[in-house]
Amino acid sequence: MHPAVHHLDGQILAGDLLAVVGPNGGGKSTLLKGLMEEIRPLGGKITWPQGRPQLAYLPQRARLDLDFPLRVADFVSLGHWPRRGAFSTIRAVDKQAVDQALNEVGLAGFGKRSLDSLSGGQLQRVLFARLLLEDAPLILLDEPFAAVDAATTEDLLKLIKHWQKEGRTLIAVLHDLHQVRNHFPKCLLLARDVLGMGKTESVLTSANLAKARKVQVLADPLAPICDFDEAEEQA
Amino acid sequence: MIDWAYQALLAPFIDFGFMRRALVGCIALSVSATPVGVFLMLRRMSLTGDAIAHALLPGAAIGYMVAGLSLGAMTLGGLIAGWIVALLSGGLARITVLKEDANLAVFYLLSLSLGVLLVSTQSRNIDLLHLLFGSVLALNNEALILLAGIATITLILLAVFLRPLILECLDPDFLRRHSKVGTTTHLVFLALVVLNLVAGFQALGTLMAVGIMILPATAARFWARQLDQLLLVALSLALLGCWLGLLMSWHLDLPTGPAIILVLGSLHIFSLFVGRDGLLKRWLHPNKHLKS
Repeated sequence: MHPAVHHLDGQILAGDLLAVVGPNGGGKSTLLKGLMEEIRPLGGKITWPQGRPQLAYLPQRARLDLDFPLRVADFVSLGHWPRRGAFSTIRAVDKQAVDQALNEVGLAGFGKRSLDSLSGGQLQRVLFARLLLEDAPLILLDEPFAAVDAATTEDLLKLIKHWQKEGRTLIAVLHDLHQVRNHFPKCLLLARDVLGMGKTESVLTSANLAKARKVQVLADPLAPICDFDEAEEQA
Repeated sequence: MIDWAYQALLAPFIDFGFMRRALVGCIALSVSATPVGVFLMLRRMSLTGDAIAHALLPGAAIGYMVAGLSLGAMTLGGLIAGWIVALLSGGLARITVLKEDANLAVFYLLSLSLGVLLVSTQSRNIDLLHLLFGSVLALNNEALILLAGIATITLILLAVFLRPLILECLDPDFLRRHSKVGTTTHLVFLALVVLNLVAGFQALGTLMAVGIMILPATAARFWARQLDQLLLVALSLALLGCWLGLLMSWHLDLPTGPAIILVLGSLHIFSLFVGRDGLLKRWLHPNKHLKS
């Protein structure tokens, strides 16, 4: 078997703002899916000292049917799902919260527009508004700024920092190293193996990045069986 | 003039009980089948309805062979046959290489041929026409109660499952992350499709039943841009189509089921050209755009 990630051993503390970087195919999305328990680890385990918190997730490319005739406000109000579920009524306070969320992502007054009228950046803001309503203590973002312009990125970064100040834990998969250095205090460099985890400046060193570039992320069918665990036991 | 309009548009319903019954049946059918059709269209399952409608035939035929021209037996038979085909198609798609549409094609053809075979073994072939084309002008009390009952169940279930139903189509991953109602929702929806097709074939026959589901929905798409508007416009078009179709069948002495579906089809073509998002607007104002 070719696991997408192996030998990852680390801990994420509550309130962390962690960037996950690494080459395509390095296992970043796989790690997030593991955290969401959508896939089970082939080996090892993920433990939650205080129980698995409620988590919100922004996928890399949301599989949305944008032709669906729905208003932006109705879409954002789906963020109430964790509290209202499939069947409870959306109340007046919930509607106010939707307006407020749209306001915070810079889309005040967009509630009545239809989903198919939004640009790529506006759609990303709408998805952030829905995340905001989900009000989860742990937020996973998979390439939140791919295909989004600079102004939108700046606004959404502010929102992310604000979430951290509120005490939420954030894990974001990113590619822009400059952005990671400027905004994310902690970083995980992943290329199937962990090349570094901890303070961003100590992880994103030129030596580590050169190593990441050399890692063969395509599964090699002739690769020898990994004896990492046995070697460790002998040591 | 007023007298002429009265004679043309209202008199048949005021003078004849069976026309009134037909109208009431059609209203019940429109209220219940049209919203189901809107969701079929939005879920890109328009042809699924058509296939399942054909699959009802052997069930209805077996019901007829067992109990004669009995509403209950034929309805139950149709329900069971439709259910089997819908569940087999969906279930096999999850465990084999064939996708749901291919499975559906296989099983509805099997079901349809079995149905025609069963009906043809009966001596009186007139009944085949009954099954294929329905009998909206001969709806008795039982049939009306059945149509109204199905409409009630449909509206209640659609209202309860509205949110997961929208989400399953719009953002299935979000639904899967947050809730386990996805599969239930899909099954409930399929059940509603079968139920409404069974209701439709009492009135319009197996071949035409799907028309009153899909045509108002597709026509409404040219007028409405939001789900709530879409549902209302589709319902209005369905009611208009039934009323005009019944009148056309009355005045020109034509079979009723096809007349209603033809009127609904004409409404679709009218909307295709004249509707808010129709072709005419695009041809007339190809380059107009808003200032900001």
